Amino acid sequence: MEGPPSSRGCTSSPTPSARPQVKFGNTTFKTDVYLKSLNPHWNSEWFKFEVDDEDLQDEPLQITVLDHDTYSANDAIGKVYIDIDPLLYSEAATVISGWFPIYDTIHGIRGEINVVVKVDLFNDLNRFRQSSCGVKFFCTTSIPKCYRAVVIHGFVEELVVNEDPEYQWIDRIRTPRASNEARQRLISLMSGELQRKIGLKVLEMRGNAVVGYLQCFDLEGESGLVVRAIGTACTLDTLTNPATFLPTCHSPSKEMKESPLAHPANSHGCRSTHNSPIHTACGSRLTQNLSVSVPTLIYTGMGSAGKDGPFKALLRQQTQSALEQREFPFFTLTAFPPGFLIHVGGVVSARSVKLLDRIHNPDEPETRDAWWAEIRQEIKSHAKALGCHAVVGYSESTSICEEVCILSASGTAAVLNPRFLQDGVLEGCLEQRLGESQPPGCGFCHTPYDEVNTPFPAHLALCCCCRRQKVPDVLLTTIDLPAQAAVVGKGCLIQARLCRLKKKAQAETNATAISNLLPFMEYELHTQLMNKLKLKGMNALFGLRIQITVGENMVMGLASATGVYLAALPMPGGIQIAGKTPGDGSYEQHVSHMQRKINDTIAKNKELYEISPPEVVEEVVGSPIPEPRQRSRLLRSQSESSDEAAELDLSHGKKDAFVLEIDDTDAMEDVHSLLTDVPPPPGFYSCNTEIMPGINNWTSEIQMFTSVRVIRLSSLNLTNQVLNKNFNDLCENLLKSLYFKLRSMIPCCLCHVNFTVSLPEDELIQVTVTAVAITFDKNQALQTTSTHTEKSLQRGSSDNEELLQFPLELCSDSLPSHPFPAVKATSVDDSSFADRCGGWIELIKLKAQSIRRGSMKTSRRLLPPRPRGSQRLILVSRGES
Amino acid sequence: MTSELDIFVGNTTLIDEDVYRLWLDGYSVSDAVALRVRSGILEQTGATAGVLQSDTMDHYRTFHMLERLLHAPTKLLHQLIFQIPPSRQALLIERYYTFDEAFVREVLGKKLSKGTKKDLDDISTKTGITLKSCRRQFDNFKRVFKVVEEMRGSLVDNIQQHFLLSDRLARDYAAIVFFANNRFETGKKKLQYLSFGDFAFCAELMIQNWTLGAVDSQVDDMDVDLDKEFLQDLKELKVLVADKDLLDLHKSLVCTALRGKIGVFSEMETNFKNLSRGLVNVAAKLTHNKDVRDLFVDLVEKFVEPCRSDHWPLNDVRLFLNQYSASVHSLDGFRHQALWERYMGTLCGCLLRLYHD
Repeated sequence: MEGPPSSRGCTSSPTPSARPQVKFGNTTFKTDVYLKSLNPHWNSEWFKFEVDDEDLQDEPLQITVLDHDTYSANDAIGKVYIDIDPLLYSEAATVISGWFPIYDTIHGIRGEINVVVKVDLFNDLNRFRQSSCGVKFFCTTSIPKCYRAVVIHGFVEELVVNEDPEYQWIDRIRTPRASNEARQRLISLMSGELQRKIGLKVLEMRGNAVVGYLQCFDLEGESGLVVRAIGTACTLDTLTNPATFLPTCHSPSKEMKESPLAHPANSHGCRSTHNSPIHTACGSRLTQNLSVSVPTLIYTGMGSAGKDGPFKALLRQQTQSALEQREFPFFTLTAFPPGFLIHVGGVVSARSVKLLDRIHNPDEPETRDAWWAEIRQEIKSHAKALGCHAVVGYSESTSICEEVCILSASGTAAVLNPRFLQDGVLEGCLEQRLGESQPPGCGFCHTPYDEVNTPFPAHLALCCCCRRQKVPDVLLTTIDLPAQAAVVGKGCLIQARLCRLKKKAQAETNATAISNLLPFMEYELHTQLMNKLKLKGMNALFGLRIQITVGENMVMGLASATGVYLAALPMPGGIQIAGKTPGDGSYEQHVSHMQRKINDTIAKNKELYEISPPEVVEEVVGSPIPEPRQRSRLLRSQSESSDEAAELDLSHGKKDAFVLEIDDTDAMEDVHSLLTDVPPPPGFYSCNTEIMPGINNWTSEIQMFTSVRVIRLSSLNLTNQVLNKNFNDLCENLLKSLYFKLRSMIPCCLCHVNFTVSLPEDELIQVTVTAVAITFDKNQALQTTSTHTEKSLQRGSSDNEELLQFPLELCSDSLPSHPFPAVKATSVDDSSFADRCGGWIELIKLKAQSIRRGSMKTSRRLLPPRPRGSQRLILVSRGES
Repeated sequence: MTSELDIFVGNTTLIDEDVYRLWLDGYSVSDAVALRVRSGILEQTGATAGVLQSDTMDHYRTFHMLERLLHAPTKLLHQLIFQIPPSRQALLIERYYTFDEAFVREVLGKKLSKGTKKDLDDISTKTGITLKSCRRQFDNFKRVFKVVEEMRGSLVDNIQQHFLLSDRLARDYAAIVFFANNRFETGKKKLQYLSFGDFAFCAELMIQNWTLGAVDSQVDDMDVDLDKEFLQDLKELKVLVADKDLLDLHKSLVCTALRGKIGVFSEMETNFKNLSRGLVNVAAKLTHNKDVRDLFVDLVEKFVEPCRSDHWPLNDVRLFLNQYSASVHSLDGFRHQALWERYMGTLCGCLLRLYHD
């Protein structure tokens, strides 16, 4: 199966006599010794391994380079592990060749070795096969650019457990290197097994790929090593070669259901041709029939305003039936094909605290499976409460400290278009125009629940784009900003950071302490997020990720999201500070000083992120007006006389503010910390979604990076305030360092910023950041935006058949005059806008009365400890009330 | 709150040219931070001192890891750990091997041995270049010397091939290697007015014409060692000054040709014999290693200084040397025309370059 020809630059010893050893499964081969050279060439013959495809998927190819020493035992210089999986795709190359780093677990990279690996697959028609060769895995949470999603099947998950070699008895007598290598081997093996099993599930669902694949290793310690993964099974079709896939996606499912494993066990994976030729031949006719059978009246009905009650019920019914057979209607994707996402409800999340030493049978996956199943069930019911039948942007995580483990899951409740979810769906459906049914840019913001039956106290307003449907005043999601969404200005990274001290404790007491802390932390993180969002003058958060980390004596919470101003949502109110003791003069002066500072910051941020109130414009195409401000003034005066103004909800927007009460020093600290966040330097943007909302003219200059920082806290007088300040400074300084380091890339955006916090020791905090810095072209910004606008306008006004995949065709005759993506809308809320943008700060000061929160819902439940002893707390973090 | 660990790893290795220069100049992290603060970078970027400290530290760590590869630049090209675009790689190498004029003047022509290395702290105090930087430059010289010393083929090409330097820098290194190998004296007081460029120019001419490589391109050390046979033969030129008739004839030929053409004619006429004796004796002495080392001292003493004291303009020197060397062809009794050509061709070039204040 493979052969290693030569290596270079091995070891520190002057002239080693190296000899590689090639191992797959239990078979080992050795090459000859190449005496005393730093650049040995073996040019060996092929080493052949004949293995089952199951092993092929599980096992890595191991190459150990040994220092052949005549006197002592042969010492390993280092090892190379090669995952054979990529060679098993039907359309992939069959050879891997090149230089691989020779890695030693103690010394690091010690040289490189050139290896050629080749796989010849023989067809195996065994119907009980356990392999799933050919299923592709993508970690990206959007459909990879060169593919098209034919069907998005749904959630796949798997969990594999093994004893951790570091906790085996033998670890006491073997060398650290041997122990490391045992662990490496095991991790490789488990990961292979996990992917194979997930692949089987995908094949069972008749998919051919997993997108949004999230694989995690839980090092539980004594109780074992867990590898778990979730993902979204999809049927993908290569864009350049769409014909190859047609047979499978057209094939009716009957045959398959009888024997789902009867898929030919060959390298061709899903590209099966065993279906009866009749079906294949009449594919196009079937396409049409099926498209009719999916009720189209839903979409035609959507256009009519106001009467959405029965329509929504119908929609829910339809989609529910599509999702009913699914245990978990979850999707790990965060970006979707146009038309897939109909409504977004809000963030749903659940947490549970578990004790690892209470696992009944630690070597078996059952207990952990049950834990996750409970959490998923919880998530599902929360989504239901929000009037949604599915969860998108779903992810799971753990935090382990000693024997306490916090399991977390979160996602975004959503209503989906059932057409994409059905099997045997026609591939043409994606291209079908949904433009008429979906008012561009605002459809997904509309609440899936009605105002009367809101699952939680929420303030709904009329959509600022279409003026027909209700929208929440703030929208929180875990997904990326949908491509069609109308955004004003640029987005920015928003983080809420929090630390809480905790007494050191053992087992159950520890778990209880953590359980008691969690709800307060969630609440505070949420409050911080909302405050910071208001401070930025924005009204929606995308890509929200809340990470809770437990340590011996503290618990940390870090929430990251990308703030955006959605044109469809109402303008956010300001922040009002209220003092507790109104009599004190100097105190009041202080409060008003803070208020002024906050107001200044909001104004500054609005300017920085180019958030000007969305002037809704009726005619844009063909009227290039050079001065945007003038034009908006002009239009405002026009629309003042328009009779649609009667429809406006005038009461709204005036009670739209956020009050921070300063009743103790803690609150004062909070207000201070709000203002310490420094905006990125000019030319820099940052977000934690895959790309930055509001920028679409990326260049090819990309820098992916990782940055790690560890700080040691002084253990004396550690209070929550000190801890919070330290943590805040750590994160802020880290970001500042990144901006400084990457300053040569300006104008640039840090995308996909991902913070990971861990507490490796008592007084240590470790923060790891990964992100991609992408340069964009400042000069093209206007043009591209206007193209975007025009496209959305065209889509709204006519049901032409243009594909979203070819936006460039539209560029050629676009008018570069439009400053921000205006949104097509029939009614204009200009008088209210004039009010708001004019003296809105004063307005807010006057009218601020109540604390209000967005579409997050609070429901917290504390379950009594269960008889088995595994203490449990379920926490739903959709905000607090 | 103390920082325990602070690292940044990018897909492409980030290199800040300013920090690289500070590192090459041998500044410590804290000195480098202070210098960067003074450059006004904090105001330009809005960064804090802490950020600067962390960034400088991080860069120093990268450079330290790269240094091992820079010692063998071809390795930098083929390694897989640091992704650096080719243009940046070239910049890293070029800057690493660039040396200070003040430093090279101190070391040029000295044996690149441990003894010299011990004197580096004196050089450091004298030149104001940090000891660390002096060591790097010295080690660079020595490393290049060791690699190309016994190699076949053109010296410049060899240096370029093994160290991937620019043509300009490779030529400079060729000069340094050539001077180190032949141990030419350059440190004497009367030679202080000469720059490294002057010596490098002479070295290039000598490599082209006076080494083994000038006659046979298939020998080892061809560009590094002087052609011993040629040096032996130079003794034959002595006849030009020893034979009185020949000397007079030579003088009259030169004087006739230059009359009215140069401003310092009378001075030339009176000095001719001295000058000619000087130049020919330098040639005749080159059989001894010691005299080879003193070549530049002799040239300055025997030719440059006398002319300069009579205020010869450079153009007159050029006219004189051209005529002086060409007239020998008309001397019928002189049989070593080719030898004379090989000697004087190079010497004229060198002398003209050395002739300045």
